[in-house]
Amino acid sequence: MPPLTALIKKDFPKLYLDSHAQHGDETVSIKRAGMLELFLFLKDDPRCKFDMMIDLTAVDYLPRSPRFEMVYHFKSSPLHHRLRVKIPLEESACQVDSIEPLWVAADWYERECWEMYGIDFQGHPNLKFLLRYEGFQGHPLRKDYDKLLMQPLVPMRPVAERHDYGEVFQYVQEPPPSVPEQEPS
Amino acid sequence: MGLKFPSAESFVTSRLDEVINWSRKFSLFQYPFVTACCGMEFMAVYGPHYDGARFGSEIPRFSPRQADLLFVVGTVNHKMAPILKRVYEQMAEPKWVIAFGACASSGGFYQNYSTVPGIDRILPVDVFIAGCPPRPEAVLDGIIQLQKQIQDKDSGPSGFSGINPRQTKEELLLSRE
Ligand code: SF4
Repeated sequence: MPPLTALIKKDFPKLYLDSHAQHGDETVSIKRAGMLELFLFLKDDPRCKFDMMIDLTAVDYLPRSPRFEMVYHFKSSPLHHRLRVKIPLEESACQVDSIEPLWVAADWYERECWEMYGIDFQGHPNLKFLLRYEGFQGHPLRKDYDKLLMQPLVPMRPVAERHDYGEVFQYVQEPPPSVPEQEPS
Repeated sequence: MGLKFPSAESFVTSRLDEVINWSRKFSLFQYPFVTACCGMEFMAVYGPHYDGARFGSEIPRFSPRQADLLFVVGTVNHKMAPILKRVYEQMAEPKWVIAFGACASSGGFYQNYSTVPGIDRILPVDVFIAGCPPRPEAVLDGIIQLQKQIQDKDSGPSGFSGINPRQTKEELLLSRE
């Protein structure tokens, strides 16, 4: 078993779900409850020393259950190794703890992820709109967000005479039914 | 323009609106509304090599109140749309709009929640320039097309109003759309 995976499996047996490794990069799946402990360990332990949060995003695996998966990428600049951490999330409870207190770089990534996937980051100090605008309903990178659905801020002029195929876009101000809006907590 | 240079007298006869249109078409001050990669090509057009200044559209004005020609260069998304509309509304009449590149003309290859599918959904556009990004030659051609439109426009006997008295009110509103 690769070294980091073994370390996590030994120290956090309750959190550990799954793992794989490819080309020397390890991936660990963990449970959500108690995730901050593990992340603190990854940051501070002398065998891990992950001082750099490279990326953080979510994946929508509709119609799988659990539907979402958080993906974190870490790099250790003193020890030159990387780790990917995944956290599967049910749609009914799509919330994780914010890692912004540990890695400041996660701030905007979490805001983007909250906007695009509707995942709630608990403990984030500033969960406000970053890319979307005020009044935008729904989460556009979710698989059930209609790609033709637009929410314009200015009235759109009719230009149908330019298009042989008619109007393909929809301008709907209501949220699509399966995407509930989440306000910052 | 019926220009005549009589040998002895030093005056020229012409129609006033033709003179005004002629002077307008060679003094297009542009406001570059540059949002994306097409901006590189825009810079090339106004650089020394292609030199858009040859066509009288010399000076970029970064205040819409001083500009005649709005160049919308690049992708416009819904978050940006109110700003673009506001810039357009701040420009003084007469004003013209060029949609520069595929994104500004039609949304380009974007078909999603964020991109305006063509700025003509927000503003009236006079000339669309195709290409992703358009070649500088295409841009110069677009400017020439616009100049033709300006010259051919019948601006009425006064020449200043831009209103053709022979138009009905409905036609006028339609042309202003
Ligand atoms: S038309 Fe092409 S080059 Fe121009 S802004 Fe769009 S993607 Fe960029």
